[in-house]
Amino acid sequence: MSEDQDKNPEATGKVEVTDEGKATPTEQTVEKIKEIQATDPSIQTTSEPSDAPAAEIQEDVDAEKEAKLKANREARAARDAARAEAAKLKAAEAAGVAGATGAAKAVEGDATEPEQPKAPSPNQPKLDRIVQIIKESIGEQAVVEAYINEKDRELPCLIIDKNHWLETALLLRDNPELELHYLRNVSGTDQETHMEVAYYLINLNNKQDYFIKVKTDRDGGEIPSVTSVWQTANWNEREIYDLLGVNFSDHPDLRRIMMPDDWVGYPLRKDYEPIDPEV
Amino acid sequence: MIRTEELLLNVGPQHPSTHGVFRIIVKIDGEVITEAIPVMGYLHRGTEKLAESLNYTQIIPYTDRMDYVSAMTSNYVLVHAVETMMNLEIPERAQYLRLVVMELQRVASHLVWWGTYLLDIGAMTPFLYAFRDREKIIDMFNELCGARLTYNYMRVGGVKWDAPVGWIDKVREFIPYMRKNLEEFHNLVSGNEIFLARIKGIGKYDAQTAIDYGLSGANLRSAGVKWDLRKDQPYSIYDRFDFDIPVGVNGDCYDRYVIRMEEIRQSLRILEQAMAQFPTDGDIMGKVPRIIRPPEGEVYVRIESPRGEIGCHIVSRGKAEPYRLKFRRPSFVNLQILPKLLVGETMTNLVTILGGIDIVVGEVDA
Repeated sequence: MSEDQDKNPEATGKVEVTDEGKATPTEQTVEKIKEIQATDPSIQTTSEPSDAPAAEIQEDVDAEKEAKLKANREARAARDAARAEAAKLKAAEAAGVAGATGAAKAVEGDATEPEQPKAPSPNQPKLDRIVQIIKESIGEQAVVEAYINEKDRELPCLIIDKNHWLETALLLRDNPELELHYLRNVSGTDQETHMEVAYYLINLNNKQDYFIKVKTDRDGGEIPSVTSVWQTANWNEREIYDLLGVNFSDHPDLRRIMMPDDWVGYPLRKDYEPIDPEV
Repeated sequence: MIRTEELLLNVGPQHPSTHGVFRIIVKIDGEVITEAIPVMGYLHRGTEKLAESLNYTQIIPYTDRMDYVSAMTSNYVLVHAVETMMNLEIPERAQYLRLVVMELQRVASHLVWWGTYLLDIGAMTPFLYAFRDREKIIDMFNELCGARLTYNYMRVGGVKWDAPVGWIDKVREFIPYMRKNLEEFHNLVSGNEIFLARIKGIGKYDAQTAIDYGLSGANLRSAGVKWDLRKDQPYSIYDRFDFDIPVGVNGDCYDRYVIRMEEIRQSLRILEQAMAQFPTDGDIMGKVPRIIRPPEGEVYVRIESPRGEIGCHIVSRGKAEPYRLKFRRPSFVNLQILPKLLVGETMTNLVTILGGIDIVVGEVDA
């Protein structure tokens, strides 16, 4: 057995490389497994295809060919199993939606719940504070939603009602506690159901940044321009108007900026169809 | 009675001082500009729209073509955004290779700026000196990734190519060489009275205005705002190095000139330290899933490019292609202040002020 284990590193090594994507070109069967894995994302997380064949190969190192075939079979079996499981999960989830307490959903709930206690992020107090400031000065209805974006370095995010956006912007800039004088980026997104304009603000002194989102309708939606608050917004808003068709009310100079003046349509919209006058 | 008349004058789209296809319509009263209207979009290729139908690796070459004078930093901002979303570990060697190419790129970019700026103002020789030294960097990049300008070098999780044998030594030799030549540049130009008369006190603005207009890079620092993302919101491995941030006082073209020249020296300092710490071996690619699918959500990352804050905002829906990809291009944002600066200036100063902002039109129009 010890001899086998001496040779084993080689065998396990081969299978392991499939995980890292460094398989040597001669091992065509291993390549095949790789291909199967690549086409089926559900299998990437399961460790069975890599471990199980290793155990098989261990038994007959000499019959390499047979082992490879076996590995292939194993992978296929594992893939089928994973598919079946995925289907099961889906079915269970559908059942859960229908009203019954699906087993899969319950498991999911259990998996996420232990993570919840560590959720209070270091930026949570900052988020609470900015929400408090806005609600005190502008009103309860100004803040639609407030959350922490964990993926983006725990960035505090706010969704502001568009009817209160201009006064909120002034408050964010002038409030002595916030002093968000620097607007670093404005970007618009077509969410298909509505339009979103995102503002990234930062206080250059204490380096605290915030992310503000304002939503509007896709058709004829309007957002108050904040060019009077931050000059940076001027061209950025023009660009969003040009490419996404969001209107900014009271903008000093709302014209197309990238596309020609006589262009039809808004290219960055998801349902954009270019009009070719010659067709 | 002398009749005076307002004159509309088109500068560009084809004009040497615009360094690309960029047009300014100026209203002049005699020699003095009364109004300036920038017109852009001649180089708009719809990078953000194209990106929505490409996977993340396929977008990297498009970033090369945005800021073609500093493609390495544009490469980095995209892969950095994806890596932030996916929470990927980058191997040490890849980190150092990235840092070295980004700092070399900063030197190369500032050299291009220095040469062309003086060319705009009327000095031919410095351009040749600048391009001679920039060529050394371009050659090193060529050896590293087979391209002179559009490198397509970085990948999500690391870099595409490892440094060939002897490459690191070439970078080591380049540092003292460039230091010596930088002195030469200062001797040649920095004290020249004609040059100083052309740039001192021209295109002035204060810190408040700079912040209001969202300026970044040397444009912001020239007004006295000490803000460099490498120091203030560190990314990559910049927190391991010791370097200074040059800051101006007057916010004029002269301060911007001094800052960019000093930044070359600081970049060389970073490179020198990076050479000392450079890992002798190791992986250049981290463990990355075969299909890159950032989880659902959004992220905005920003880095310090030679022109200022370049940012990348990704909205992902968990697919291999971004749902929305937005680049915050420093050239585009910095250019906004131009009409304000030009009012009341003479036509000759137009070139000085525009050159001082340091734009790359590929990035303005994206």
